Amino acid sequence: MLAVQLAELLEGDAPGAAEALDLVAGFDDALVHGFARLGEERALALTALAGALAGTPLGPRAGEAAGKLAAGSVAEEHLTVLAGGRAALLGAVHDDLLARLDTALGRTRETWDAAPAPAPVPDNLLSGCRSWLHELAITGWRGVDHDLVSSAAQVIEALLAEPALRRPAVLLDGLAAELRASCPVATMDRLPARRWADLWTRALLLARPGGLPAASGRSVSGRLLILGADVHEHGTAVQIQVHGILEPARGGPALLVRAGVAAAKVDTIVGPAVWRLLGAFPVLLGALAERRSLEINDMLLLHGGDLVWHDGRARPGEPADPFATARVLLAGALAPAAPPLDRHPVRIAEPVLVEGYKTVTDHGITLDLGGGTLAVDVDRLPACGPLTPELVAASTACVGLVRWDAGRWLLQPLAVQATVKRKPVEAHNGDWALGPTDPKAVKAEARAGDAVAVLRERAGRLLRR
Amino acid sequence: MNAERAAWERSSVTRVVSPVQPRKLAKVPFVELADGRLQGVVSSGSDIERVYVSSIGAGTHGFSCSTNNNRPCGGLHGSPCKHLRALVDEAVLQYGVHRVARYLRVDIDEDTASGAALVSRLNGSLAPTPAAMVFSRFLRHLAYLELPPSAEPIAELHWFPATGAVR
Ligand SMILES: [Zn+2]
Repeated sequence: MLAVQLAELLEGDAPGAAEALDLVAGFDDALVHGFARLGEERALALTALAGALAGTPLGPRAGEAAGKLAAGSVAEEHLTVLAGGRAALLGAVHDDLLARLDTALGRTRETWDAAPAPAPVPDNLLSGCRSWLHELAITGWRGVDHDLVSSAAQVIEALLAEPALRRPAVLLDGLAAELRASCPVATMDRLPARRWADLWTRALLLARPGGLPAASGRSVSGRLLILGADVHEHGTAVQIQVHGILEPARGGPALLVRAGVAAAKVDTIVGPAVWRLLGAFPVLLGALAERRSLEINDMLLLHGGDLVWHDGRARPGEPADPFATARVLLAGALAPAAPPLDRHPVRIAEPVLVEGYKTVTDHGITLDLGGGTLAVDVDRLPACGPLTPELVAASTACVGLVRWDAGRWLLQPLAVQATVKRKPVEAHNGDWALGPTDPKAVKAEARAGDAVAVLRERAGRLLRR
Repeated sequence: MNAERAAWERSSVTRVVSPVQPRKLAKVPFVELADGRLQGVVSSGSDIERVYVSSIGAGTHGFSCSTNNNRPCGGLHGSPCKHLRALVDEAVLQYGVHRVARYLRVDIDEDTASGAALVSRLNGSLAPTPAAMVFSRFLRHLAYLELPPSAEPIAELHWFPATGAVR
């Protein structure tokens, strides 16, 4: 990302985005207080949200739903329609932000033309999920107590047991853990209103009959050059999302792709230990740790740009430097379209190479490119890798993801080149995929012992009685 | 301050639950602050098949300890046994002493903050708690490690970025 590109990205406000987000905030506020006690002001906010959708296919139903909810009739179908409206507004904000970013970067993106079929999933499990979400909406976050949170336990357990429902399962489990930790919510002095409304909305849309799209795409083969690894984690789940560039064996433009592998975990498995949960993907982890390319053969590439990772169809290739990949191939790579359901600003995670900057470290870390400044999201340096705020502050080049949250653009580092004690060093999020390489981290891991092994032993002895 | 609060409330990735600190799990494989209690499971030092289920109530400080087969712990004589002490020590490692003290509603001095100090400030007595419920929560906890890994993208996890707070 060049100074002029950053300047273009930061120039002016996106028209309509602030208004759309205000309407979303109105819905979020209704969820804070509960749809059972809307009151006049929040009812008006819902009417305004519905009004903004008047020109869309959702319009008439949204108007009706807002009217019914304002009149105190909190039916699941009305909640679902307005949740869809909220998602549509955020989808529009997402599209606008991504288009601005693509324009600034000169990035070409595919258009979405697939019409994916719904995944065949058992609806009885999802209906339990919808009932709990309905109950939450009636009560509002402020009214959430231990009993209401605990009432989701069985639903979540059942969802987790069904691999096809991993997405709603992981989402609901994450939300329930946050609510549980915040109980009684009424005593909290501030609420993560946008976040919880996002999670609630997403869960409701996934839990609709036919709401979960089936995996659809095409088979690809070729050379995969890794740019970096993004790590997602909550108490009971971890996902490594690898960003890379695929050079298709058949020819054609290089493609920006991702490959995500995930495992269930527990909260006491943290830091580099999370890699041990992903032992089923040795080729991918090896490529991260050894900074190698991968030769993949006949793997499914979803329309949204995600490879459905099949470790047996990948072979380690030559050593490949992610900075070289970014320098040579990133500008010309074709970016994938966002799947309709994933159109939300939180999903914007565009790989970029940033260099030629000065780091400024008074409030957090900011990169000054001359044409503007970009804040570094230092909260997003995962504990399972070697990147630290100090390394980022000492860096001269960074491969990262451009993200957007709470009204501003951020850079999430995936790898940095830095100068420490006058020596060049390089660190990547995936460096410790086969175990920590830094002596301090090795010692820390030895001190904590092998959490995964201890818990597996306990599970083996106690679970199958 | 207000701008910061507004940004926090309007962030999609606001952190709500702080990640826990790594600790050795061999002795006390499970600790949680949940259901109004500090509760957990302590492995028996002598019998590999046996575990103790120990808990301390928030506010009341009523404590209990029994085996997973519901036999009362022999070490309880009107004061916390070694399992309860181990539970508190490990909870302090996992969550930090202040979070545990706040949850249990114990006042502790800044300078003597430790697991032992916390135990000495408890003023509850023996109180039966549903050991079976805590034990089944532990089994549910362990069951996560039996779930198969997934290679399909979980877009929802973009709302849950990994953080480096553990360092
Ligand atoms: Zn005991």
